Parts: sequence; C-alpha cells; structure tokens
Amino acid sequence: MKVGVLALQGAFVEHMAMLARLGVATAEIRLPEQLADLDGLIIPGGESTTIGKLAEKYGFMEPLRQFAQEKGIWGTCAGMIFLAKDIGREQPLLGVMDIVVERNAFGRQVDSFVMPLEVPVLGENGDGKRPFPGVFIRAPRLVAAKGEAQIITRLPDGTAVAAQQGKLLATAFHPELTDDDRFHRYFLRLLQHK
Amino acid sequence: MSENGQMNAQVANFKVKVGLAQMLKGGVIMDVVTPEQAQIAEEAGAVAVMALERVPADIRAHGGVARMSDPGLIKEIMAAVTIPVMAKCRIGHFVEAQILEAIGVDYIDESEVLTPADEAHHINKHAFKVPFVCGCRNLGEALRRIGEGAAMIRTKGEAGTGDVVEAVRHARAVLGEIRRLQSMPDEELMTYAKQIGAPYELVKQTKELGRLPVVNFAAGGIATPADAALMMQLGVDGVFVGSGIFKSGDPAKRARAIVEAVTHYNNPEILAKVSENLGEPMVGRTVMSLPESERLAERGW
Repeated sequence: MKVGVLALQGAFVEHMAMLARLGVATAEIRLPEQLADLDGLIIPGGESTTIGKLAEKYGFMEPLRQFAQEKGIWGTCAGMIFLAKDIGREQPLLGVMDIVVERNAFGRQVDSFVMPLEVPVLGENGDGKRPFPGVFIRAPRLVAAKGEAQIITRLPDGTAVAAQQGKLLATAFHPELTDDDRFHRYFLRLLQHK
Repeated sequence: MSENGQMNAQVANFKVKVGLAQMLKGGVIMDVVTPEQAQIAEEAGAVAVMALERVPADIRAHGGVARMSDPGLIKEIMAAVTIPVMAKCRIGHFVEAQILEAIGVDYIDESEVLTPADEAHHINKHAFKVPFVCGCRNLGEALRRIGEGAAMIRTKGEAGTGDVVEAVRHARAVLGEIRRLQSMPDEELMTYAKQIGAPYELVKQTKELGRLPVVNFAAGGIATPADAALMMQLGVDGVFVGSGIFKSGDPAKRARAIVEAVTHYNNPEILAKVSENLGEPMVGRTVMSLPESERLAERGW
C-alpha cells in the first residue's frame, strides 16, 4: 500500500512520519501526476486558503475529485475544510464530502486547546475505548453532515469535529501531532475495504 | 501523553503553541502595514501576515526608536483576513507583549527589528498563552530563546536590506551546528552546552531529534522566489518576507511567486517559470555597506 500526503503547504512531514512508523510506503505530492500510483491521500493541516490556491494553480482540483471517487482521502483541519462542500465563504474547495464546515470556529490561537475525545469507530477497529487526544489549533468545526456523511465524534459540548463518508475522512483536530496512531491505522483500514 | 488521551495542561499548552507553527510550515509569512496589503497577501497564498506600522526597510530609513505598532492598526488587519496575524514587540518589553496578547494576535515576534527595551534579558515567554517566535544567529541563541519559551524560531538575517547573505549565514550556522552536534558523543554535550550558552536538556533533545525542537523559518533579506527556495533547500521549514514584497514593483505577483517557490523549492523548472516578469525587486542595500551600528542582527542576548 502507498499513501501520499499532499505537500503543497502545512504539516505534511508529521503525517509522513506517522505513516512510516506504521510501515506504509509514502510520497510527498506536489503535482497532480504524482497521484497515479497511490491507494490513499492525506490532506494535512496548514492554511486552507494557501493549500486551496496552490491546488487550483497547479491543476489538482479535477484529479483530486476523481481520486475521491475511487480511493480514500483523509483531511485534517485545513484538509477537512478543503474536502467540504460548503464553508460559507469563497475559497477553492474540492466539495467531495457532503459536510458544512465553519473555519476558525473556536476563535484565534489563544483559544487553541487539547481535549480527550470519545471516538466509537476506533473501538470498532479493535482499538479499545480509551479517549483520543484531540489537538485543536485554530480549528474548524462541522456545522452539518448530510447524505452519506456521518459524524463520528463530538466534543463534550456536542460540537461535531470529525466525519466519514465511505472512504473519505475529515477531522478538525490533528492526530499527526500526537503519539497516538489509532486514527492513522483506522484510515489505513478504510483504504483496504473494496 | 498518557494512555487515556490526557495531557497535563502545561504540555498541552506548549503543544498547541508549537502546533500552530507546524501548520505554517512550507509557507510564507508576509509583512503588511495596512488591511489592504493583508488582503493582497492572503489572496496571494500567505500562511500568515506580520502586522506592522512600517516594514523594516522603512524603519531603517526613518531612524529613531522603533516600537510595537498601534493596536488599532493591528486589530484592523486582524479583521481584514482569516489567516493568522502576528505582531512584533521589542526585545524584553513584556508589557508590549501583554498588550498584543490582550488584543488576540496569533503569534508574537520578539524582534530585533524594533529597538530593544532590555539590553540583557528577553521576555519570559512561558508566562504567556500566546506563542512567540524569536530570531537567532546560531544554535546557542536559538536554544536560549526556546528555553525562555519561544515556540518557533527564525534566522535573523538582516531585515530591510533585500540582501539574503545574513539569512544564509545564520541558517548555515544553526543547521551546521546541529549536524556537528549529532556526531558528538553524549559526554561532550554538557561542555558544548556551556560553550554555546544553551540549556543542556535542549542540547540533548536537539541531538536526539537531529533538528530544533520547534519549527525553524528563515527571515531577513529574502526578496525573490530564488532567495526563498535557497533557504528552503538549505533546510528551513518556511520563510518570512518583510520588505521584499511591498517594496517591490508588483507586490501581488511577487507574493504569489514566492509562495509557489516555497512549495516547489526543489523544482528548478517551476522556479524558473515563477521568477519570470516579476517587475522591479526592492532596491535593497548590501549588508557589507551597513555600519555596525545599523546591523539589527547584533541585537539579542
């Protein structure tokens, strides 16, 4: 299996390190033709406006929409925003997940936080029920998940912060900034489903 | 991190401070002096802006005491864009930092570009919830700043010159010292820490990681896409561009080109393409021509 990490801007190295630790072949993706031999793709955290503009400029939009039809994509933070259909403002979006997202939903950097999360799907993956450390940095939130998209975890106050739609996964927080590899293993298992 | 998903509050706090800098990697942080410039920067793909009253080239030209910018201006810039906004305070001026934290900036640059307020001490950055970035010329200086709580480091370079030579010197110094540190046996680390004036635990951690424990950008004199890619190839995580964009002939175009150059820093064909027809670069001043008293990088202890 080979998993790419979109390396236009942001924290792609952290995802690559986590995948390498799990024994998966990885590649930094900077041009659309590099998507060809991948089984899955991670869109990392970073600035969603920067990633979107570079993706548009370098011809990624249609190839990524095509990729999402056949293979798995996981977006963390800025990646979640980029996957969404609607964020209530104008910027380049893939629109492949039927989710509504609000950017900077918790405020500015001084409002960034770490919060343990209950994530039932990780338990179903045979990974026990212990909470997952959610690192939220100028994070977005899910306003709504429609159609096939399902919310898979919420903050204690009910705010939705992760969703899944088939092999597409979106998290408002950053599993790549923790030592906990359960979300990465969950994504890898999704990629193995036919 | 413990098994049950909890982290103690202090560790969590430093993690989110460093975490924002991790999200800025592979990106360009641009100096802006008006809300309109901030929007041009965001539109061009900047990952953050540095809100200032004057870019470093004008601070040089203006002379006199350079202080924190008017909080009213910084707030206007914060309201104009969705990307993170940074602002500068003077070295050691912890009250300017308190003010910047109170208005909610996303990062504070304790910067040698402003006139230092303390000739011996930097701010205790652990005392703040907002993260700090600080300049350095070498590994010892970088680790002293991290010891004081900086969650991000940048080379100082020589701001407001458009001459990249000092940024190269400082990046080579930091990265070269890390390479030498990695080949040192552990029993030499304490003496090395003493020699470079750095906290022992951070020296040890840097050796183990093979890099600084926080994100490391280049700054000070970057004026072209090629300058930005040069710094990236030397091994930094991203770049600050100060006067280089809004002191050039076509700021929006140059800003876009530098953003693309940082992403594709290893692809000369793309670098050639984005470097075409950018108009006049900032005029610049060679660092060699600056008298000692005008060299900003000497500030910081």
